[in-house]
Amino acid sequence: MAPKWPAILRDAVAPLIEAIDVSKRFAGGLGRESTLALAGLSLAVHAETPSIIAVVGESGSGKTTLARLLLGLAEPTGGEVRYRGTDLHKLTREERRTFRRDVQAVFQDPYGVYNPFYRVDHVLTAPVRRFQLASSRAEARELIGEALRGVGLQPEEILGRFPHQLSGGQRQRVMVARALLLGPKLIVADEPVSMVDASLRATILSSLRKLTDDRGISILYITHDLATAFQVSDSILVLYRAHLVEAGAAERVIAAPQHPYTQLLISAIPRAHAARDWLIDEDEETRKGRAPLSAHGCCFADRCPHAASDCLAAPPDLYHTEQRRAVACVRFRDHPALSAGALGEVLHFTPALPGAPCDESFPHSGQAE
Amino acid sequence: MMRGALRYVRRNPSLAVGVALVAALSLFIIIGHLLVDTEDARPLSVPALRPPSWDYPFGTDRQGRDLFAVMVAGTPLTLRIGFIAGFLGVGLGTVLAFTGAYYRGLIDTIIRGIADIGLTVPGLLVLIIIAVSIKGTLTVNQMAIVVASLAWLYPTRTIRAQVLSLRERGYVEVARLSGMSGPGIIFFELMPNLLPYLAATLVGAVSSAILASIGLEVLGLGPIDAPTLGMTLYWVNFNAAMINGWWWWWTAPTVIILMVFLGLFFLTIGLDEIANPRLRRSV
Amino acid sequence: MSEPVLRVDGLSVAFGHPLGKVHAVDDVSFALAAGERFGLAGESGSGKSTLALAILRMIKPPGRIEAGEVWLGNTRLADLDEEGMRALRLAGIALVPQGSMNSLNPVLRIGKQIADAFTDHGLHLNRGEEKRRIAALLVQVGLPEGVARMYPHELSGGMKQRACIAIATCLRPRVIIADEPTSALDVVVQRQVMATLARVQEELGAAVVLIGHDMGLMAQFIDRLAVMYAGRLVEVAPIAEIIDRPRHPYTRALVASLPSLETRGALTGIPGLAPLLRDLPPGCAFHPRCTLATERCRAERPLLRRVDGTEVACHLA
Repeated sequence: MAPKWPAILRDAVAPLIEAIDVSKRFAGGLGRESTLALAGLSLAVHAETPSIIAVVGESGSGKTTLARLLLGLAEPTGGEVRYRGTDLHKLTREERRTFRRDVQAVFQDPYGVYNPFYRVDHVLTAPVRRFQLASSRAEARELIGEALRGVGLQPEEILGRFPHQLSGGQRQRVMVARALLLGPKLIVADEPVSMVDASLRATILSSLRKLTDDRGISILYITHDLATAFQVSDSILVLYRAHLVEAGAAERVIAAPQHPYTQLLISAIPRAHAARDWLIDEDEETRKGRAPLSAHGCCFADRCPHAASDCLAAPPDLYHTEQRRAVACVRFRDHPALSAGALGEVLHFTPALPGAPCDESFPHSGQAE
Repeated sequence: MMRGALRYVRRNPSLAVGVALVAALSLFIIIGHLLVDTEDARPLSVPALRPPSWDYPFGTDRQGRDLFAVMVAGTPLTLRIGFIAGFLGVGLGTVLAFTGAYYRGLIDTIIRGIADIGLTVPGLLVLIIIAVSIKGTLTVNQMAIVVASLAWLYPTRTIRAQVLSLRERGYVEVARLSGMSGPGIIFFELMPNLLPYLAATLVGAVSSAILASIGLEVLGLGPIDAPTLGMTLYWVNFNAAMINGWWWWWTAPTVIILMVFLGLFFLTIGLDEIANPRLRRSV
Repeated sequence: MSEPVLRVDGLSVAFGHPLGKVHAVDDVSFALAAGERFGLAGESGSGKSTLALAILRMIKPPGRIEAGEVWLGNTRLADLDEEGMRALRLAGIALVPQGSMNSLNPVLRIGKQIADAFTDHGLHLNRGEEKRRIAALLVQVGLPEGVARMYPHELSGGMKQRACIAIATCLRPRVIIADEPTSALDVVVQRQVMATLARVQEELGAAVVLIGHDMGLMAQFIDRLAVMYAGRLVEVAPIAEIIDRPRHPYTRALVASLPSLETRGALTGIPGLAPLLRDLPPGCAFHPRCTLATERCRAERPLLRRVDGTEVACHLA
């Protein structure tokens, strides 16, 4: 287990990667309005406290945009992304190299990420060459073999093959091995198992969990699947239509969801071992939302059963409702509002601060007040 | 190896036909050089206006050229113009296309703008103006450069379109994350996947260049002293060979030009089938 | 069961490949009662989509149906010629193929795409009648009538999928085969689309075959489930039995691999890889990955047999 740093010391060390009120808006083009892909979001990942953070949302929620912004593959239109205290897009060439070593990615499509012209070895030898991780070919082979074994693959079965000769699960694991080669502190995994068979998902996700527990690598697990997010991550962020609606400890968010959208999501997951009451009366479903969609109010107002006039006026603040929970819903306005940047504290293991709302049922919360 | 080749020939007959035609032409040129003295391609070498006979298989023209020698000497010249112009055109087009499509932004707008404007201007017209402005007689190599000046426009556009779609592939992003630089990605990630397409474009460009050069030559704007296929047709026109019934004079170059174009055409289709797996008709 | 509406008997489909024959579907048999909801579960390469195409005789070379019969009510499909088969598709058995919402013709309005189905099946209606029928269809799948005048790109994913269900049911088929109808949709929309499918099915009295790999969805929607592995049926049973008492090791592992929303730390998968269909192991196709495999499993291929009201293809059941 990683050591628990006192909050005050941790503030002195800049987080590995930090998003400060980051937002992305795509220009509309001729006659069309611009699209908000991600509203102001703040998030921090500390290298000293590795954990798995799940970002859950449907398509259009902004989760992939967030991943691309954190990886430096896209530029934010508002706010900043900082690597160890410096703006990502103002890094020197040397700093950028270190950034690329510290932050790596695994993408969703286990086929498109391979250049069909080369064997799969290419995807592993390229980073070794670019970052000069080995001084000889033998050393490079050893490094690559180790990385493959680390994700449960046999180098003899993988190397020398073309991408179409491997299964989807194998290809995805090779991608994880590639990410590991550089010894990163954070891996951004964008839907790493959604295109992989159900029986193989567990294997891949378990190996990701092992990376965090054994090697101290943080993982940003981006997915639409709440169930796997619950199984494998420490904290969950729920995005809806480019906004963060709920964030907190994984068990709490699933066991007792506070935001109406999270509640809707959880109830909509068909479960195998539950009563057969999942199929709904569609007309009831469509009647639920009472308020019209407003561009200025809460993003969920048009589908929310609790929508009130306040919800249409302005987007709700993020309220700190439990020690490790934050919800963007006006129903919780009697709780303290979180400032931008404070979300990181909510998501991490922190000793209880005096006066903070307490979270009795959560086992890791340190001394309960 | 042979069996695999034969099987492929059945799947891709166009490629086989194209290769066969080009091979036949090459054989003609090589064996022809052994059979005839290319000096006889110059005027006043042999008796004029003889129809095809054992001594002169293709007959002779009005200025006393042995037409067989003319074909043997001239075909490689015409092909050379085409190849030089085609290579230059596609080479320049590739560089511009990759640069514009990968880096986007202002440079892409400029390159695309010039290519678009250039494509709307009638090519032959521009070539005529250029050819006319050159003082003195044109050599074969100068001819190639003239044609090349416009040969890069179309390849730039088509290759650019291909690169634009390729650059969105996942493996390009992975390469960026692996620390590859722009030129590195262009050379090692994008280019290899475009090689078949570039080959097909090259053949197409060579074909267009030959056509353009023949066009210029027939108008009399080509290298007057060279026995190229186009120039032969120019003399055919100049001497009203068709009206005068000297059929052998225009038959030979026409057949050879046909073979050249058909061969290149089938080659393009054959290469297209390799480049674009979706065109494949059988498994 | 009383006269089944769809009966598949020993269906086998193989694909010719230079490196060896691929048995995509191997001796599959099952029967569907009218109005029943039947599920076909399996992972990629299990043959479920190929089975759906084979039932509709839509397998193209290099694949071909090698053996087996398909009966729709009293009609043996092998007796029908190509014209008869064409008339049967959509009117007798309708297929909502995988990814159909992305395969809607982008340049035709939805209404026209439904009307095309009518004309292709020889149903020539006058303008007014046609409009009325299309409107009724759209309302039946929960879409506003105005959708008939819209183009696919103007609709959301869920609406497109419901439009596909409208096209599939416009001729009142007796069997609807839906191949992964909700795989690209989010859970909330998935629920709406499945509820729509359930309602349409009830109104038509049609049987539904739902093809997919989400056991949770199967548990909540269908009555009976068939599990496929490497082109073969390994278990066919009422859904409650499969969830509570799976008898085949593969089914057991599939059910176990469903991530729970109640307890953490219980992520289990199936070790190993699905076999290459052109290079299947001898005996039971699952034995290399089965923890209980015996010598008999390695040598002898288990046949589907009845075991207390379920059908299992396992020597150890």
